[in-house]
Order: sequence, then C-alpha cells, then structure tokens
Amino acid sequence: MSLTSEEVNRIAWLARLAIDSDKTDAYAHDLSGILDFIEQMSAVDTATVEPLAHPLDQAQRLRPDAVTETDQRALFQQLAPAVEAGLYLVPKVIE
Amino acid sequence: MHEKTIAELSLGLKNKDFSSQELTQAFLTRVKKLDPELNTFITVTEEIALASARAADDLLAKGEAGPLTGIPIAQKDIFCTKGVRSSCGSKMLDNFISPYDATVVERFNQAGAVMLGKLNMDEFAMGSSNETSFYGPVKNPWDTGTVPGGSSGGSASAVAARLVPGATGTDTGGSIRQPASFCGITGLKPTYGLVSRWGMIAFASSLDQAGPMARTAEDCALMLQAMAGFDPRDSTSVDQPVPDYSATLGTSLEGLRIGLPKEFFGEGLDPEIARLIHAAVDEYRKLGATVKEVSLPNMHLSGPAYYVVAPAECSSNLARLDGVRYGYRCTEPKDLKDLYMRSRGEGFGAEVKRRILIGTYALSAGYYDAYYLKAQKIRRLISEDFKRAYQEVDVIMGPTSPSVAFRFGEKSADPIAMYLSDIYTIAVNLAGLPGMSIPVGFSGSLPVGMQIIGNYFSESRLLNVAHRYQQVTEWHRRSPGL
Repeated sequence: MSLTSEEVNRIAWLARLAIDSDKTDAYAHDLSGILDFIEQMSAVDTATVEPLAHPLDQAQRLRPDAVTETDQRALFQQLAPAVEAGLYLVPKVIE
Repeated sequence: MHEKTIAELSLGLKNKDFSSQELTQAFLTRVKKLDPELNTFITVTEEIALASARAADDLLAKGEAGPLTGIPIAQKDIFCTKGVRSSCGSKMLDNFISPYDATVVERFNQAGAVMLGKLNMDEFAMGSSNETSFYGPVKNPWDTGTVPGGSSGGSASAVAARLVPGATGTDTGGSIRQPASFCGITGLKPTYGLVSRWGMIAFASSLDQAGPMARTAEDCALMLQAMAGFDPRDSTSVDQPVPDYSATLGTSLEGLRIGLPKEFFGEGLDPEIARLIHAAVDEYRKLGATVKEVSLPNMHLSGPAYYVVAPAECSSNLARLDGVRYGYRCTEPKDLKDLYMRSRGEGFGAEVKRRILIGTYALSAGYYDAYYLKAQKIRRLISEDFKRAYQEVDVIMGPTSPSVAFRFGEKSADPIAMYLSDIYTIAVNLAGLPGMSIPVGFSGSLPVGMQIIGNYFSESRLLNVAHRYQQVTEWHRRSPGL
C-alpha cells in the first residue's frame, strides 16, 4: 500500500502535525512500509467476528452525577504558556 | 548494600543493620557515579528522597514500617509526580511539572518508599530500545554498546546496574517484559485493569498497564502489592479484591500444566535462545510440572493488529498535546493553525509522529472499517486462542524476545525491524492477560529472558511460578558488576 506525499500531507493536517517538506517522502516511505505490514490482517476472514474494544470485554463503569472535583484552575494554569484572566491565550483566530 | 534485593533490604532496615537515610545516600552516590554513562535517570530527586528517607526512619524507629518503608525505588518518567518534571521522555513535556501524583506514585509514597527520581524511556512509551528518548539513549549495563530494550529501558537498566533495587515500568506491547529480558531482570505486566492508569501518561488506553521491575519475583510481589487495586479515578480499573501476592510465592508446582505455543518456536527464533528456554522448562519438569504443546493460530496477526490499535489510540491520546494549556509551545506562532502544527511538529520525535500519522490514517473516514475495526476483530480471535489454550494448561511459556539486546542503531533504519522485536509480547497486551519475563541464562554475555503468560488475574500464580524457578537457579543473581 503506497502513500503519496499528498496523502501524507492530508493526514498530517488531520493530525495537526507539521512535517518538514524535505521529509515528506521519507514519511511516505516509512508509512507505506507500515501499511504493508498491517495489510497481513486481510489474510483472515473476520466477517462473523465481533470487534473487541476492551480486552476484558467490559462496559464503561458509570458513577453518580454528583460534583466531586474542586476548582484547581489557578494551579493548573501555572503550567500554561500564556494565560490572562483565567483564559488560555492563543493567536487571533478571527480577523 | 546495592546487591541486596528489596526483601533483603527490608529485613536489614527492620534489624537496624542500616538506616533508610544511609541506604538512600548509598544509592544516590551510585547513581551519581554510574549514571553519566548509563543515562537511566531523566530527573534525580535527591531532596525528596532524603526527606522521605528521614520520614521512613521515624516510622521504622516506631515499629510502624511496612515492607516497602524506606526502600529506594524509581518511577518511569511516564508517571505524573507532583512538583517534579514528568516528561514522558519527550521535548513536548520537558517543561511539564506535574501538579499531581499518579495513583501508582501515591501508593508507593503511602507505602513509605523513597523515590530516587524519574527514569528514562522511549518517547511516549513508543519504542523497543530506549533510542527515541529526547534525553538520549539508555545503555545496557551488560554491554554498553547494546540497547537495554524499551520503552522501560531506563527502569530495566537502572535495576540491572543496581542503581535502584526496584523500579516501575509500563507495558503496552512488551515495554516491561522485553527490557527485563534484555537486562536480565524480572518484570511483570499485570492483567489489564489491575493497576490504576490515573496519572500515567496515556499511550494506548486499551493496552497500557503499569507493573513492577526488580531482580526477583519476590520483590515484584512486594511492589505489585502496593500498586494493585481498584481506583475510582480510572474508569478501566477493576473492582475486585487484591490477594496477598507474597503469601503464595512458595506454593508447590506439582501438577502445574505448562503450555508451549508452537508459534513461539518457529523460524526467526535464535537457536541459543530456544535452547535456554527449553532448559528452563526442564527445570519446571523437575519441580513437578507437565508440559504440552499448544497452538495460538492467530499469533502471526498480532503485530499487524497491534500496529493499528496502538497508533490509533495514541493519535487520540496525544491530541491533547497542542501547545495551548501545558507542554511545549513553538516560538512566535503566526496563527492558531501554526501554533498547533509547529508545537506538535517540533515537540514530538520521529517515531511518535509516525505512529500518530498511521493512527490518524487508520481512524479516518473510509479507512476505519478496514483498519481499526478489522484490528479489533483480530484482537478477539487472539483473545479466544488464549482462552482455548487455558482450558488445557495453567500457564504459557516461551521466549520473551527473538533476540538478545541488539546494538545501537541496528534496528533504527526500518521501523518494522524494530516492531518485530515485540512479536512474542504484543498478543498478551491485545488479550489483556498478565505476563512476566524472568532471566533464564545468557547468550554470549547478554541476558536471555523467558516469558510466562497467565490467565486473567492470575498474578499470584505467575509470581509463584517465577519464584519457585528462582529458588533453584541463579540467573537472577548475576550482576554486570558495575
């Protein structure tokens, strides 16, 4: 399964991941190799097999709808690159 | 002191042969002397360690100590530690000082263990050689031209080099067992759900498990006792009682039924490793076990299925690392798109990027059924192969890795070559079963490990099986002599 540079760039955009333009071919090559490896899965017929999402086949445990967390925003925002008035700052989105 | 096991050190502390402060200082001195070469630690927490040691000595004096009180350990840098850098081996989190302790860390702290620091690892736990860390590779103390294995390479190397008697690791596709094998130590990956993942930086949420790495099964039992058990903060944590793992270490193995999967002994297995595994199995026959061949017919699909599931889940888990709220942010982002793209592009290494890309592709519209859903179906087939095998046998044994520790750079050129070093371990994570690696000999000067795989929640039996072997053999006592 061979990926083109265009496809690599499309996937990189979906993943919001910058790839140096001089490395795109190398990534295309590596990813194509991995996809070939993965292709072995098609050797077996799984039409009647149920997918296994959780290794012990368990369902998501629920908890009561009650408030248990306290406000720790100030503590967590100490780690932020840029904050103001309790908000995380990013470059302007809307002109 | 550094040659003693956790169990021996615990007794020594109780008998006042030495204090926790003396012990901690001795290990810290050893780390300072040997770690510049081995590079097992990302962060050494000397002040915290000495403060914990003082507190431990108080408890010991009052007779209120438990088995881990005052015992130095180190945490793989994938666990959040409050007030201490928690980097996950990545530039992305190099500046991340965690505001909280992971459950695993809390439990060791409550047990009175002394944290010496945070151990090196493959970036975001993605790797089998500890060559992808932002902080540089870790060296195998048996031969410093070889890798320690990964992703818990720092943990394995530090324990083997006797820089610390026990360390935590995590295992998503073999990252406790394979480095334990390469470094000649004992490591255990518990059943999925036994140990809380809260505060453990997530790679693949349906596969990740934390576990102990030490030089003996006896020590792993002591560590697992502190780590295991229900945690309401982890929604995949299993709510069932934790047995006393140490109490049953000495149980007789008379009548134990061992299965050897024929798929584990095919081509690609180094003949010297095969010979050592069979020799180890012979020891088990002498201990009263019976041995039969079993088959896990879908084993060959475990690599392909894993390299869809793990990257897919990683692409989702690593989406939170975006330069906005914490972690690395690129300088002078032009706009929001640039902020995301460059923070992530610059913050992540090549292997992490490869896996995010594969995972994104596998989950994208038009490909989800062919890749992720298909992989989950294969996961069920593999799981059912094991269930069938466990109707006939109690434990499954085989090599942990197809080779001994390889040389630096030997497998870095081709991602698939690296992935193939996990072929015996991956299926165990897909099925969520518990697995251990114990040292069973040497090929040349490099350790060889044997994998022991148990049925769900059979950690007591696994530790018992490993311990009885360690009572009649000496491989686990060998030291690289640093």
